[in-house]
Amino acid sequence: MRQLSTHRRHPLAGVLVLLLGLVVAGGLYAAAAPGSARADSAGTDADLVAEGRELYLTGCSSCHGQNGQGILQREGGQYGPSLIGVGAAAVDFQVGTGRMPMAQNSQQAPRKEPFYDAAETEAMAAFVAAEFGPGPAIPGPEYYDLAGVSDEDITEGRELYLANCSACHNAAGIGGALGGGRYAPTLEGVEGVHFAEAMITGPQSMPVFSDEVLTPEDKRNIYASLREIQAEPASGGFDLGRVGPVGEGLAGWVAGIGALVGFAVWIGKHSVRASKQ
Amino acid sequence: MTTHGSHPADGSSAGDSANLPAEQAHPDERVEVHAGDPVANPGLGSHQPRPTDVDPAAEKRAERQISLLFAISALLTLGFCVAYFAIPRDAVLFGTSALNLALGVTLGLALLLIGIGAIQWAKTLMDDHEMVEMRHGSGSSDEDKAEALAAFEQGAEESGFGRRSMLRGTLLTSLGVLGLPAVVLFADLGPLPGNAPRRTVWAKGVRVVNDVTGEPLRPDEIQLGQLVNAQPGVFYEIAEGEEHPAYEGTELLNAKAKASVVVVRMLPDEIVNASSADKGVDGILCYSKICPHLGCPISLWEQQTKNLICPCHQSTFNLADGGRVVFGPARRAVPQLELGLDDEGYLIALGDFAEPVGPSFPEMYQD
Repeated sequence: MRQLSTHRRHPLAGVLVLLLGLVVAGGLYAAAAPGSARADSAGTDADLVAEGRELYLTGCSSCHGQNGQGILQREGGQYGPSLIGVGAAAVDFQVGTGRMPMAQNSQQAPRKEPFYDAAETEAMAAFVAAEFGPGPAIPGPEYYDLAGVSDEDITEGRELYLANCSACHNAAGIGGALGGGRYAPTLEGVEGVHFAEAMITGPQSMPVFSDEVLTPEDKRNIYASLREIQAEPASGGFDLGRVGPVGEGLAGWVAGIGALVGFAVWIGKHSVRASKQ
Repeated sequence: MTTHGSHPADGSSAGDSANLPAEQAHPDERVEVHAGDPVANPGLGSHQPRPTDVDPAAEKRAERQISLLFAISALLTLGFCVAYFAIPRDAVLFGTSALNLALGVTLGLALLLIGIGAIQWAKTLMDDHEMVEMRHGSGSSDEDKAEALAAFEQGAEESGFGRRSMLRGTLLTSLGVLGLPAVVLFADLGPLPGNAPRRTVWAKGVRVVNDVTGEPLRPDEIQLGQLVNAQPGVFYEIAEGEEHPAYEGTELLNAKAKASVVVVRMLPDEIVNASSADKGVDGILCYSKICPHLGCPISLWEQQTKNLICPCHQSTFNLADGGRVVFGPARRAVPQLELGLDDEGYLIALGDFAEPVGPSFPEMYQD
């Protein structure tokens, strides 16, 4: 240090300090810029991105590739699809609902207990948004905040739900079958932010419902109508998960009437006789 | 107890186990009994009394039990009436309506207990002697047949049905004409639909708008992998000087049932059918939402496989290949609507569907 301080008046010292300053400032800018350049992407913090990179390289890159390019299989198909341009919303949805990482390669990744906690999910979302090209950001509360929702909003949301969602997810939101072992999952217990992310990003078999066609307000109304339906008590009795009249009728005929017939047979057969005359 | 009113002697009395068909003294012609039956007659076992038959205490106990069942049933029925007024309609119990649950449980159990009590009564207290009923022929006796025939002939003679030919003729005519209204009423099935099954409200220049909201669509608003459930703009646009859109009520529903479409977007490279791609705009394709099998609305869109699935019978259409049927009972591809852009850059139809939408009908193959 003494050597450094004795040379502080050297003619080149100023140039050196200037160079050092430029390198530090440039380095900081390079680390922070990809995030901050996209105002709509969450996570501009360089530390967050770095942590996300760490988690991504450890937990995701084996299928999605170190640069998020996806990994193709030799016989066609892929281990993991490309993550270029998927944005923070897709990561928050897939990881936040436990769909990713997949437990096994199958037709569809099911919802399960999340493997990563909220902070780790946020870091990975920040990393993917910062490094893999621009994509949809994590939607804000205007998509799912139900404060101040009127009955008219709920009615409009219900009509939109019936036109756009009910074909796959069932009129009551309990999900249904698609082709080839794929299915539309139940919407029971889905958090508002994940609901909005699914509509924006179109995960797995689900199509995209862009904000230009179904505005954030439309999406909030759909969410409100869904919550309204799910809060309704089953006035017709035990609803077997609202599978609909065919399933309930089958259970009623086979199990209900079957039990009554069995009971009638039993009560008719059962008979006691005295041994003594 | 007896086999037939006219032959009381053939009946067997209750508990008389000795009087069995093979041993009958006077078998008549309608009870055919072969002495040499290959299966030996097992006869009836000796009568076994029940505890209530031989033990007065058990009989008393059974009577009290059955009375208790009936009494509980009465209380439950009263409970039904009380619950009807006492339980508020919006009360919830076990995730279902508390009122419905209470009404169902009380009335159901009340009926069940009456039933159980009645059966217990019959099984434990009423007489339970065994009895034998003989089989007998089902035809009437010769005297009955002769009597009926004579009565009919007398009636025909007295009415003069055979003689009075004018009366007979007019009666038969009036009865015959009665069949005519049943045929005439079939006219209600008409009028014939004419060209209606082949046409929808789509025409050149009709905008493609989002269902429910009625917002027109621009290509840049539709992302890759997107599904838009769309309708013709004429259902939402209000002409100048009018208060409502041109279609309303039943007319709207009928038009909508044929005109509903789905708009999807995929990469132009992913579309394998070149003529289908030409009908779209930059990979945005528009297909009928009505299944060509039986007319269900199809919008189960798997954006990865490009398959559109009908929920009714699982007909599956590949929209990347002109709506070709890849699975299910549908016999023809789902019709595609040719898209274009208007001056303001919104998606419009370039005409009606080239073929009928919805379920196929015989006439569509005649031309």
